Parts: sequence; C-alpha cells; structure tokens
Amino acid sequence: MKPGFLAKNPSVLAFLALLALFTLAVTLLSTAYGAEIVSTSMVKTLGKTLCLCLIAIAMDLVWGYTGILSLGHFAFFGLGGYMIGMWLMVARTREIVLASAAGVLPMTLQELSDAIATQIFGVVGSSELPAIWHFAGSLPMQLIFVVLVPGLLAFLFGWLAFRSRVTGVYLSILTQAMTLALSLYLFQNDSGLRGNNGLSGLQNIPGLAADQDHLSVWFLWASAVALGLGYLLASFVTSGKFGSVMRGIRDDEARVRFLGYSVESYKLFVFTLTAVIAAIAGALYYPQAGIINPAEMAPIASIYLAVWVAIGGRGRLYGAVMGAAFVSLVSTWFTGGRAPDLTLGIYTVKWVDWWQVLLGLSFVLVTLFAPKGLSGLVDLLAGLRTPWRGGTPLGPDDGSLREEEAVE
Amino acid sequence: MLEKQGADYALSDPVSGAPAGTAPKAEIAEIKPNSGVRGLIAAALVQFHLSDPDPAQRRAALEALAREGGAEHLAPLAAAIEGESDPAIKAQKERLLGLLTIRFGATPAERVTAIEGFGADMALDFRGALNPILATARAAFDGAPAGNVAQELRPGQRGFTAEEAYALLVAQGLAPKRLTRADLRAVLEAYVENGAVGGVPLAALDDPAKRDAAYTALEAAGLVPAAATDDEVANTVAAHRYAEIYAEPDAAVTTAAAAALQSVSLKVDAMQGIDLGLDALSLASIYFLAAIGLAITFGVMGVINMAHGEFITMGAYTGYVVQLWIHDYTASILVALPLAFAVTFTAGVAMERLVIRHLYKRPLETLLATFGISIALQQLFKNIFGTQARPLTAPDWLDGAWVLNDIVGISYIRIAIFVLALIFLGLYLFVMKRTRLGLEVRAVTQNPSMAASMGINPDRINMLAFGLGSGIAGIAGVAIGLFAKVTSELGSDYIVQSFMTVVVGGVGNIWGTLAGATLVGFLQKGIEALNPSNTLAAQTYMILFIIIFIQFRPRGIIALKGRAAGD
Repeated sequence: MKPGFLAKNPSVLAFLALLALFTLAVTLLSTAYGAEIVSTSMVKTLGKTLCLCLIAIAMDLVWGYTGILSLGHFAFFGLGGYMIGMWLMVARTREIVLASAAGVLPMTLQELSDAIATQIFGVVGSSELPAIWHFAGSLPMQLIFVVLVPGLLAFLFGWLAFRSRVTGVYLSILTQAMTLALSLYLFQNDSGLRGNNGLSGLQNIPGLAADQDHLSVWFLWASAVALGLGYLLASFVTSGKFGSVMRGIRDDEARVRFLGYSVESYKLFVFTLTAVIAAIAGALYYPQAGIINPAEMAPIASIYLAVWVAIGGRGRLYGAVMGAAFVSLVSTWFTGGRAPDLTLGIYTVKWVDWWQVLLGLSFVLVTLFAPKGLSGLVDLLAGLRTPWRGGTPLGPDDGSLREEEAVE
Repeated sequence: MLEKQGADYALSDPVSGAPAGTAPKAEIAEIKPNSGVRGLIAAALVQFHLSDPDPAQRRAALEALAREGGAEHLAPLAAAIEGESDPAIKAQKERLLGLLTIRFGATPAERVTAIEGFGADMALDFRGALNPILATARAAFDGAPAGNVAQELRPGQRGFTAEEAYALLVAQGLAPKRLTRADLRAVLEAYVENGAVGGVPLAALDDPAKRDAAYTALEAAGLVPAAATDDEVANTVAAHRYAEIYAEPDAAVTTAAAAALQSVSLKVDAMQGIDLGLDALSLASIYFLAAIGLAITFGVMGVINMAHGEFITMGAYTGYVVQLWIHDYTASILVALPLAFAVTFTAGVAMERLVIRHLYKRPLETLLATFGISIALQQLFKNIFGTQARPLTAPDWLDGAWVLNDIVGISYIRIAIFVLALIFLGLYLFVMKRTRLGLEVRAVTQNPSMAASMGINPDRINMLAFGLGSGIAGIAGVAIGLFAKVTSELGSDYIVQSFMTVVVGGVGNIWGTLAGATLVGFLQKGIEALNPSNTLAAQTYMILFIIIFIQFRPRGIIALKGRAAGD
C-alpha cells in the first residue's frame, strides 16, 4: 500500500496544529476578543509575519526544492499588494467623495470617477484615472488580478528565461534586473500607480464598520488560513513524483533532462505557482501594513527573502517558515529600538545601528557553518546527524573518497 | 546736475549747462533707478563704450548689446567697426551687426542678406536670432487666412483637433463658449424647484442625458441662454479656416530664416549626435571601470561578489579620508588611488580567505554570503561616516569642460575617467597575457586540477585574482567618487549595471566586458535622448532590452567556446 499524504509529510499535522494554537492564543490575548495583552499593532506585526512566512514557503519551493535562486519574488509580492491596494483606494475614496459631496444634484458616474481620480492622483499632479485602474472599482476583478497579473508576468519572464536555458547565477541576476526594472518603472509618477507616493490608507476596509482592533485580528485569521493552505499545497507539490523531479532538477538538471523530463516546463510551473503564492501573500500583507510603495519591491527585499529562507534552512518547508518568522520578528525587535544597548567599556552598541551588521555577519556564518539553518536544530532534537566522513578528500570532486573512509 | 554750494546745492540743466537756481539739501532726493531703468541707461551708454580705448570695455559693451541690442544700435555699431584695431573684437562686432540686422534691419532685403551671410552657422546666438522670426500663432478666419501664413490647418489633422479649433474660435470671439459639465451643474442647481429642475426630478439627474434634457427644458422656458449643441459646434468649426501666422509680417524674411534654420538644424542634429556619443562613451567607461573588477572575480573565477559595490564605496571613502589629511587636491588624489587599491586589495584577500574559499563548489551560496558581507559593510559605512554625502573634491585642473562649440562639450573629469578606463584595459591585458601571474590565472580558470598538477597553487592564484578584482573596484570608487555623491549607497547604485555589463558582454573575456559596457552605456544614453524628461523610464527600458537580449545571446556578446565555457 502506498503511504498516505500525512505519512509522507509528518510535519504537516504538527505545523497546522502549531499554527492553529498560535492563532487561537493571539486571538484570546488580543484587544478585540480577549485579555488585551497583545496590542493591536503587535497583532498586525504577527499577521504580517504570517504573510512573510507564506512568501518564504514560495521561495523555498522555488529555491530550496527546485534550485532556482530567484531574486524577484518580492516583486510579485508587491504586485499582489498593488492590485488589492487599487481596489482599497478607489473604494475608500468613493466613500469619502460621496460623504463629502456638495450641491443638491446627485453625481453622475463621470463626476464621481473624476472626483475619485482627483483625490487619488492629486499628489502626482494628475486628475485622470489611468487605463489600468479601469477595473479598480470592482473587488472581484481586482482579486482576479492579484493572481493574474503577477502570474502572467512570472509566466512570461520564466518562459523567456528558461527556454534560453539561463541558469544559476545568471538567472539570479536576470531576476534581480527584472525586479529593478519593475520598481524603477513604478517609481515614475506617470506609471499610473502614484509613483514614489505609493498607495496609502489601505488599512481601512471600505464597507466594513469594524475598528482596527477587530480588523487586525480578522486579517491575522485570514493570513493564518492562507499560510496553512499554502503549507498544505507546498507539501502536496513536493511530496509526490512531481517533488522528486523538482529535487532532481535542483541536484542535476542535465540528468533530469536526459531522463526525458521537460525541465523547462517543470521550472516554469514552479516559478509561476510560487509567484502566485507570493502575490496572495502580498495581497494579505499590505492591507495590514497600510501603505505600499515601490521601495518595497527593490531588489534588496528579494535578497532578504533569500536570507530568511537560508537562515531557516532550505529544502524544508518548516525551515522557511522558521527563518522568515525568526528573522523578521528579531529584526523588528532590534530596529524598533526596544533592544537594550550593549555597553562595551568605551563604546555603546546601539542595536538600531548595528543590527544590520550583525544580520549580515550571522548570515555569512550560517552559510559557512550551518547550511541547514535553523531547521538543523530540529534534526538535532530528533537525533539525526550527517555521517562523519573524516579526513581530507582524495580527489577534486564532491563525492570523492576521503582519507579515513579509504582506510576502512 | 548738482554742485555743492555752501550748505545748498547749485542746480544746472544737464544738456545746456544753464544754471537752474539752488536747492537746500533736504529737498534733494537721490533717485535709485530700478533694474529696468538701469538697463536702459546701460544700453544708451553702450554706443560710447563701443569705441572705448580699453578693449575690455569694448568687449563688455558688445556683450551688453548682444543681450539687449535694438534697432537704434545698428548705426553706432556699424560706425564702430571701421576704427576697430583688435581683429577678434572686430569679428565679434561684425557678427553682432549681422545678428542685429537680422532682427532689426530696415529693409527685408537687408535682413535676408544678413541671414544668408551666416550660412549654416550653428551658434546659439544665430539660432536665437532666427527663432523669434519664425514664431507663429494660430488664428481662425472667416474667409481666406490673412497675414504671413506659415501653414494652413485643418481641424482633425495631427496636432489640431476640432476641440482646439472651437477653443480658438471662442478665444477670438467668433463663437459662444460651450457649456462645460461644471457650468451645467451650477446652472441646474440654480434652478431647482420643488425637488425638480425643468420638470426632471433631482434623483434622476445623475444621468448626463437627463441633465441635458433638464437644461433644454430651461432653455425652452427662456430661463437660460441657448448653449451650443454638438451639431452647431461642428458646423461652426467647419465654417471657418485656420492657419498658423508668423509674427513677422514679411514673407521673404521668414522664408530665408526657415531655410537657414533648416540647414542649421541638420548640422545641429549631427553635433548633438556627437555630443550624445561622447556622453555615452563616458558612461560606458564608468560602467567599464565598475565592471572590470567584476569581470575578474565573476568572469574569471566564476565567483559572484555581491559586495563588489561596497568595495567601490570603500575606495571612494578612502579618497575622502585621504583628503582629510592631505589638503592639496592633486597630491591627495595621487595618494588616494594606490591607497584605495591597497585597502580594497587587502579587504578582498581577507574576504576570499575567510569566506569565499570555502564556497567555491556552491556558487549560489557565495552570492548569499557575499550579500551578507555587503549589507554588513554598508551599515558599517553608515555607522562610521554617517548617512550624509561626504565630499571628494577633484583637483582644479579637472574642473571645467572641454568645449568644442555651443553644443559639443565634455567635462575633464569624464575625459580622465575615460583615460583611466583605457589604462586599466591595457593593464589588464598586460597582466593577463604577458605576466606569469596572468598565465597562471588563465590556467586555473580553465582547469584548476590540471593547473595544480603542473605546480600552480590554485589557492594562491584565486586569492590574488580576487584581490586584484577588488583593488580595481577601489580605484573605480575613487574615480566615481569624484563626480558622484560619496554615500554608503554609492556602490550599490552601480552594482546591478555592473553585473549587466559583465553578463551582456560575456563572462570571462575582457573584450566582452568592454563590448558590454559600450552597449549598456550607449543604450542608456540613447534611450534617455529619446525621452529626456524621464531617466527612470530609460533605465527600465534598458533593463528590459537586456533581458530580451539575453534571450538571443544567453552567453553574452563574446561567448567563450570549448571546455572553458563550463557547464
């Protein structure tokens, strides 16, 4: 009998249970539904962290499992945020315009959309809604765009890149260039997405009378559900034959191709799927953050994403989640100025200034000495160890016999 | 005229010199002329200065005339040419006379001759004199267009819509204003009766058609003036003719001016092309300088160094620190260049020994580890030097620009960077092709195990090559710091373009890097020239182009062949 899904993915149950427990605990401690111990801003931070965990899973799929170091997934994350942000802005501005409408005549559609456009685009000196905002008034359309726009972009880019067999560091640089191009494009005022002002006021959900205390908990729930579903999907994708092919591509692309698999199609599928996951994470993240601007999509953000996954441990879904949660929470703590200063005799280390240095160096150390990252700790708890193959290698290749092995 | 006389002042007429009585001091106020009056006085004085014995005075007078010369200056200027002894000033006077004649000459024939006398001169002042002659204004006419017609316009043609035509008619009072949506709304709101306007209930007025119906009802009731309907507007527009009319009434002059400007503009375009080429060349040499270090570390050793940008920054900061100690700019630059090389060479070697050496078999992880170093270094620079830009001043002899004519010019710093790029190209070629180190580097690049068997120590070679690449980045940093702001982000601004340069050019070949830098530089400037207002868009399109370019030449312009090409 074939082993069942859960038997092949023992981490799924534990992960879902932990996630549910975490969500329940935060809810019970929140201002809106319980003991008022966890502040609303903290709930938001935790909700955002869950979204970051989701994109980290996407990154782990594409990098840890398939071996494509994409430095562009934060661009998809940002695009997803922009798509939902367009609806949030238009719908909210419509409410404001209607509430403040002067004069006895009801507004025509034209006047209404002109007023909305003036409100939204006044900051970039324009008063017309660009064509890409055509559907921005409709929530279902924008929700479809959340998936469709980043998905299509990823498909197009991946198709171009993979079919010409761009691999390894070249692909990384190419994805980085794509991200840079996109963020530079969005930085322009006439890109139709408010240039460097970005979209703001996204934390208010039009049509809902709830306050921020409740909204933040609802978003936390939504993010938790999305993360749980994402984890399930990722486990499903990686556990079957498809997952084996993905790992095969990571380890030796040429051999997989010679076995008759269409490597390009597999890569393209994974790249596009993860882009869509990233976009969904972004669409949940930015309403909690309240503001999105092109700086969020700069290439550096995507590299940080790789840093999280590497620190958490590649090739394991829970590793990616651990890395994203750990690094982003610790980072918030250090850069928020809450960490106590460290006095070293003559010099006081202010963590706001030195956190980046610490992060950079610890990243180097993790890469050098702990390629398994934080999830190596799980192995340690489970008593798993890589076999010790002592001595120096006898040959130049990775798998060559080592001195002590040769003696036996 | 005033003259002090005891406690009072004696007055006299300034022209005739006849006395005009006396006045006490209290009654005399000094008039402070405003700038307009001062200008007039200066222009009036100019004719005397034109024949001043001091050449500096004459030049100043000519410059004043060039700014605000008028018809009244033609005669004195022409008279002043004859007695001029200095040939340069004489030429200047003749040129100015020509320019003034173009604008203010008495007869059209005189002006046409003056225009033709300049030929295809492309100086700014000549074009400046021609342009006002060719200035046009649009006008609408009931019958045939009158005046010096530049071209007749038809509504609906390119650049002249029916809307614009109607607006022109309104502006000339030939047609009534159209009712805008805002006006319509205001008028309707003024006539609300019992919750309805003109019989249409208020609630229905969110429909534009209903609003028009309401207005028509008001019109019928005689409450509001009739507004032009679309048909009436179309008829009115069709009933008129439109033309662009020269401000200059004489057709002969405008024809000559247009012809002259036409022939000038061809030459100007060519010159602008050359100027653009020079700009692109200097940008290309900057990219080349920034990328040549990468070409060694990434191209030759296959190691991707994300901290390369921080090495550039390190070089620039070295220059800044040197200038804190050595105040003579020339000497400080001469000290800074080798010192920057030494500092970044050491940093590069240290990084290779401590980190990269352990990751040669995991290239993707080198990328991440060096990125970690990059963010740590960047923050370290911020902590040490602060976030504001630090000055790195070029010596005086690098200030200024080499100006060929009014259009083509290039600053000396950019020439120096171009020369520096050439020197490094030569140096690289020399080291790689003519020295023992270069031979060993090439051997290790092609096959490390075989090179090791031949007695070369690959560890040492990798270390030196990495140090060399980093050192060149440091020198590039000093050069870039001379014209850019020295901040902790200086290097990261160039890093993506540098990678582009290496990837587009083809890895592992210095000529490829050169070709890549040239392509990227010229491409960026070319796209900027097409859309000068938007450099962000230019960069976007350039990166898009490169992504597409990689589709067709995945291994770059100059691809390595054979075993050295790797995987």
